[in-house]
Formats: sequence, structure tokens, C-alpha cells
Amino acid sequence: MIKVEWLYWLVGLVFVVMAVQMAADRSNPRRWTSAAFWGLLGLAFPYGTGVANATAKNGGWTLPAEPLGVAVLALIVLAGFNFLGKGTPVTSTAEEREASATRLGSKIFIPALTVPLVAIVCASALDTSGLFETGKATLLGLGVGCLVALAVGMLVTGERRLSVPLHAGRSMLEAMGSALLLPQLLAVLGSIFALAGVGTQVGKIVHNVLPDHSQYLAVIAYCVGMFLFTVIMGNAFAAFPVMTAAIGWPVLIQQMHGNPPAVLALGMLAGFSGTLCTPMAANFNIVPATLLELKDQYGPIKAQIPTALPLLVCSTVIMAVFAF
Amino acid sequence: MIVLLGVVVVILGFVTRRNPVLVVGVAGVFTGLIGGMNPLEVLAAFGRSFADSRSVTIFAVVLPVIGLLERYGLREQARRLIGRLGGLSAGRFLTVYLLVRQVTAAFGLTSIAGSAQTVRPLVAPMAEAAAERTTGAPLSERLREKVRSHAASADTVGVFFGEDCFIAIGSILLITGFVDSTYHQNLEPTQLALWAIPLAVCAFLIHGARLLLLDRQLQRDMALAAAEHDLPLPKGTDK
Repeated sequence: MIKVEWLYWLVGLVFVVMAVQMAADRSNPRRWTSAAFWGLLGLAFPYGTGVANATAKNGGWTLPAEPLGVAVLALIVLAGFNFLGKGTPVTSTAEEREASATRLGSKIFIPALTVPLVAIVCASALDTSGLFETGKATLLGLGVGCLVALAVGMLVTGERRLSVPLHAGRSMLEAMGSALLLPQLLAVLGSIFALAGVGTQVGKIVHNVLPDHSQYLAVIAYCVGMFLFTVIMGNAFAAFPVMTAAIGWPVLIQQMHGNPPAVLALGMLAGFSGTLCTPMAANFNIVPATLLELKDQYGPIKAQIPTALPLLVCSTVIMAVFAF
Repeated sequence: MIVLLGVVVVILGFVTRRNPVLVVGVAGVFTGLIGGMNPLEVLAAFGRSFADSRSVTIFAVVLPVIGLLERYGLREQARRLIGRLGGLSAGRFLTVYLLVRQVTAAFGLTSIAGSAQTVRPLVAPMAEAAAERTTGAPLSERLREKVRSHAASADTVGVFFGEDCFIAIGSILLITGFVDSTYHQNLEPTQLALWAIPLAVCAFLIHGARLLLLDRQLQRDMALAAAEHDLPLPKGTDK
């Protein structure tokens, strides 16, 4: 049986290999700290297996969580004080790309489409085959899809050296920098908020304001809460654990027996409406304005607000009508 | 009530434009400590939730594939494909882009487009050209900003409300990861993705309609500007 932890080890291995490449890359002014960051992140993936085993008590070898916490703080320091650098990307010229696009034509889309196709096949057809760890077929499908797509991609492009995709992937990693880690860190922040009782506090406030057993008001509180909290935090990923612990799970699902996938998926999307409206979501709203050389930094947000507000209404109404 | 100060730290950090990774780290440690955990417990919480949320970062395995294909002209070929959609008005062109972006994101192809990869080099210039072709006059500075802003919005709305229909995307994995670890339930990603479809349709209808209205707005504004300045009317308006 293929386990999801194997996929985490693969991700960790990719990071470690790229970290070694970075350490050897003299064109990167901060090559040692960059290598330390990605290497440490890579090692955190297999180490996490032991921590997850200890949390879930599902057997296997266990490891204490505290050292991993130290490693995460070290990652935060390395990324937070700008110790990450970029090397000169090893890549093809514009002419070479034009020429190979002409040569390959639309065949170049085949490997790109392989990833989602394999993921979907694994999630639907192979889910019950016992080949994959229960409930993890989709995630594993993504991993298998990437490996298959890499093989197909090398076949289609006629590339023989495995170092080429690794160098290209590393350049993308360097370009993304700490932005790659931010979603995971926001998830960590969300669960610390939940552990420290932020959700419970927000829940208490909401509880004092909400009349008992009013399903519609609770749905509105969850959706609008996701929206507002996302506007403040700049990311629906950080708002989700807080609002779900406050209202989504205890009130809407446990107390009022809402359908969990419907409540949670629509709640997350209500948060996405919030992302459209906030300068805090800099990578989605401010970066495009800079890239497009707009005088008005808020141009994209202004173009998005009239869509975001009706969509918030839509998610609230769909949840209220269909989730119970 | 005091733990809500952690939220204040996040707000202050982002308002003063500190490095977001640092803001998140400081807010996490601060909230843990004022929430009554001792330093070791805070470290353990960081470690445990980091291990539980590893699935969010798993998309990194796709980078070598995309990197390889970009080296071999994936973007150039995509540009040619989109180039065949010429001859449209700005609003119609952006609506088509919105649809393409939503559908490809729904298949997990979120990183084949984006503000740097497609909007700046491709979508915005094509939308501007389309607007100038249909109205028959150069765009004013204000309208040019408007068209560019709408090009950015088509990309963002498309990817946000398309990607959740794909099962292996960050937000879906975050939901299942959070519910699995916090409430010990086994949520099926396919179910979550299914519930994202109605909102994806709403997003296309609402934003698509607004993009189509952009054409009329541009026509009206440009006719008005031409009349006000007593300039010759743009070509084609005498039809």
C-alpha cells in the first residue's frame, strides 16, 4: 500500500537536492543561508512523519514535536530577515523557446495535462483498489501524476538530463522564496489561534450576539465572519481555522447538523471573496497593480469589490438553502 | 479576551508592511504565550501543526515539471493559442480569459497563468488593443488603467473560484487537513470540490457580466470625452 508519508519524503528529498544545488551556486549572493533554509525545510518533511505519528498515536516511530518547532522558528528567521537569495537561472533563451514551441506545437500541453488527469484517475478509479492509503488517494494521485508527467515531459521534449527539470524547478523555488512557505505558516498560525482559544473567544462573542437556534443568522455570521477576518488577515487560510472553530463546526455542523463538506467549502469561498477586497492580500492585489504599472495601487481591488460582494451573498444563500 | 491581542498583532504587522513570514511567526509565538502556554508547549504546537499542514506545501513537486515545460516554450505556445482569439472586444476577450482561467484552474493548472506570466505580457495588452480597435480611438489614461485593472481582476477571480473545484489544491487540502487533525473526521476532498462548483458558476456569471458591461462603459466614456472636447468622433460611430 502506498502511504502519504512517502509523498512527503519525496517532497523533502526534492527540497534537499535543490538545497545542495543552491549551496554550489556561486551566482547566488546568499547561497549558504538559502541552502540552509530549503535544506531545513526538506528535512522537516520526513521528521514531520515522526511528529505526526506521535500526534495520531497510529504506531510507527515517533519523534518529539519541540525540535521541529525550533526548526520552524529558524525557517521564519531565515525568511523573515531576508536571508533568501536567488542565483542566475539556468534557462533557455527566448529564441530557443520560440523554436521549440514551433517544433513541439500543442504537444507541449500533454505533460501539463498529465498531472491533473492522473490525479483524477487515482482519486476516482483507484481510490477503492487498496493501492493507496485510505482517504489519501487524491493527494497521492498528485504525487504519482507529477512523476508520470515528468517522464512524459522528458519524452515529449526529448530532454535526457534529469538535472534540467531540477534546475528549472529550483529557479522557480528561488523566485517564489518565502511565499511558498506562507500558506503553511498561516495554517500553523490558524491552529495556534485555535489552541490558544481565539476561536472560542470569537465564538463567545458571536454566541452572546446571536439569538439561539437561529440557523440563518448563524450562517450569516460564519460567512460574513470569514469574509471580514480574511480582509483583516489577508488570507482565507488563516481565517478558516478560527471561524470554523468559533461557529462553523460547533454551531453549524454539530448543533444544527449541517452537511460538513458544504458548510466548510462554502465558508472557505466566502473567505475568498474577502481576499478580493483587501490590500493585505498583497500577492493577489498589490503585486498585479505594480506589475501592470498602475498609478492607482487599488485599481484591481476596485475592479473586484463589485464582484466579491454579490459572491459573498451567493455563498451565504447557497449554504443557508442547501447545506441543511 | 486577551488572546484576541494576537489578531491585533497580525493587523499591526500587515498595516506597517512588515515581512509577512515574520508577522505570522511573531503573532504565533505571542498568541501562544498570552494564551497560557509555556515556551516548550508553544514550540511543540509549532512543530505539531507544521507536521499536520505539510500537505499545503506538496504542490512543490509539480515545479520541476512546469519548469521543464517552460524551458521548452509552454508559455510561448499558450500565447499562440490565446493569440488565435483575436478580433474580440476587450470585455469579450477578458470574459473568455476568465473562463479559460477558471476551467484550467479547476483542472489544477493554477500556475500556467498569473499576473506575471500572462496578464502583464499578454492579457492586458491584448485587452487594451481590443478596446482601441472596437472604440476606434486611443484610450485615455484613466480608461487604460481601468482596462488593466479589469485584466488583473479576471485572472484573480478566475483562479480563486476555479481552483477549489480541483481536489488537490491548497485550500481543499487545508480544509481536510484541519478537520482530520482537529475533529478526527475523514472528509472526502471530492465532496468539498463538488460544493465549490455552484459558486464557480456564480463567479463566472457575475464577473463575466461585469466584464461585458465594461465594453459599453468604454464606448460611452469615449463618446462622452470626444463630445466634451469637441474632437472629431472616433471612426465607426457614424454607422
